[in-house]
Amino acid sequence: MLEIKDLCWSLETGEEILKDVSLKVPDGKLTVVTGPNGGGKTSLAKLIAGLEKPQKGSICLDGEDITGWDITERAQSGIAYAFQQPVRFKGLNVRDLLELAAKRKLNEGEICELLGRVGLCANEYIDRVVDASLSGGEAKRIEIATVLAKTDSKVIVFDEPEAGIDLWSFSSLIEAFEKLKSDGNRSLLIISHQERILEISDYIAVIAAGRVSKFGTREEILGGLMNEEKAVRCPLGKDKEGNPNG
Amino acid sequence: MDKTTEELLGIVSDWSGKFNGAYNIRSNGQCAGRQSSENILIENKEGAPGLVIKIKPGTKGETVYIPACVTKGGIDDLVYNDFYVGEGADVIIVAGCGVHTDDGHDVRHNGIHRFILDKGSKVLYKEKHIGTGAGGGAKRIDPVTEIIQGEDSYLEMDTIQIGGVDRTFRKTSGTLGKGAKLVIKERILTDKEQRAETDFAVELNGEGSAADIVSRSVARGNSYQEYHSKISGNAKCKGHSECDAILADNGKVNAAPELFAGDLDAELIHEAAIGKIAGEQIIKLRTLGLTEEEAEKKIIDGFLRG
Repeated sequence: MLEIKDLCWSLETGEEILKDVSLKVPDGKLTVVTGPNGGGKTSLAKLIAGLEKPQKGSICLDGEDITGWDITERAQSGIAYAFQQPVRFKGLNVRDLLELAAKRKLNEGEICELLGRVGLCANEYIDRVVDASLSGGEAKRIEIATVLAKTDSKVIVFDEPEAGIDLWSFSSLIEAFEKLKSDGNRSLLIISHQERILEISDYIAVIAAGRVSKFGTREEILGGLMNEEKAVRCPLGKDKEGNPNG
Repeated sequence: MDKTTEELLGIVSDWSGKFNGAYNIRSNGQCAGRQSSENILIENKEGAPGLVIKIKPGTKGETVYIPACVTKGGIDDLVYNDFYVGEGADVIIVAGCGVHTDDGHDVRHNGIHRFILDKGSKVLYKEKHIGTGAGGGAKRIDPVTEIIQGEDSYLEMDTIQIGGVDRTFRKTSGTLGKGAKLVIKERILTDKEQRAETDFAVELNGEGSAADIVSRSVARGNSYQEYHSKISGNAKCKGHSECDAILADNGKVNAAPELFAGDLDAELIHEAAIGKIAGEQIIKLRTLGLTEEEAEKKIIDGFLRG
């Protein structure tokens, strides 16, 4: 189990982004972290993957305190992280990234299966360089496929996987999440605003203003919000400017 | 051939004890083996050290190997190789070079290669360079490549300096006729106190001609690289050059691209980027479980592979 306890994180300017965040990510379940823009969701994802270091609090994986571990150590211990903005490489192709994630050579069938799970045709992408020639949606889907290829992961953190993906591919993505969820051997933590992702979740955590304002099963959270905020189209609160999310 | 020559041949020209088809092996300034084929004739050049390679019109699917190795300090090897590619031929030319010294004497190979392509011919020219040996003498490779392309011909030059070469000056020039196309992919790795200079000059003289020059380099240690390219569009043509360099340690790169448009319908583009490895690239690979050093190596290997 991934357990986050009293996590605090501030920018160098001193602005507090996360304030005493505690969260237990249940094993083998799909937990969605949602909430207003600027609430600290992506910061939390980065802290879990080791891209940022907290000023206070702890992160434990299966009872072991990994707070002081670096990015590589966390990845090797079983934490996978899908970037919100995929990284481009001049020279590395899709096969390279998938094989690095899998830590072994993959045959064409395996690559085809991975790419198919995110709605890409392997023949067109297997040797494509992951550079600026890819559209945002293509790069995003490859990013997610890369994380899926990392089979030694215990916890997979997806930071807004829906961003930049067209509707057709999004359906493939939902199927991929559902399959991962049904496998039941990895915990999924998805940062998202997307209703369809919320609908397939087991648990939902709402983060607003740097704190976990709500946590519970999907039924508890969505049902409760519906009752509380019937008049608001999107039940997940408002962003810093007071605009409803959705 | 000595053992070092065989090892270098394996690196620069995929030698595995033999070549299939036409070849000429040059070792320490001497011919160490030669074979012509029915369609590719290799002869000594008159009046100068080197070869004349004649590829018959219509030759298809053949490869000719002309690797050169210098494995003893104190040798300064100069060779002139002329390639005549007949009309409609479609061949691969492999011309790797390795220099090696185990003593304090400098070692140098200076290969001057001239390509004359007839109408509609097609050539893939592969050139791989490496320097090896623990000797303190400088390891130098100074290739000169002159390309003259006839109507609708195509030449792709894939040139890579793997490493270990202390000094190199690489001069390439091309003159293109109507509808001819030239593609150059250059990759250079320098380290320590090494120095590499590259100079490309392409004249797009024929209507519909095109050139695409892509140079990728990595400068590590205290090494220094200099890149200069000039594409001259003298007709309705298309020219593109791209210079990408990664800096590591105290590496330095000076890139000076130049475009000349001598015709209203010349379309010329240059792109250049120099900088260290993007931090986010290293982070991404580390999230897959690689260490920082492993990530850097993968990124550089991929970048140079192109």
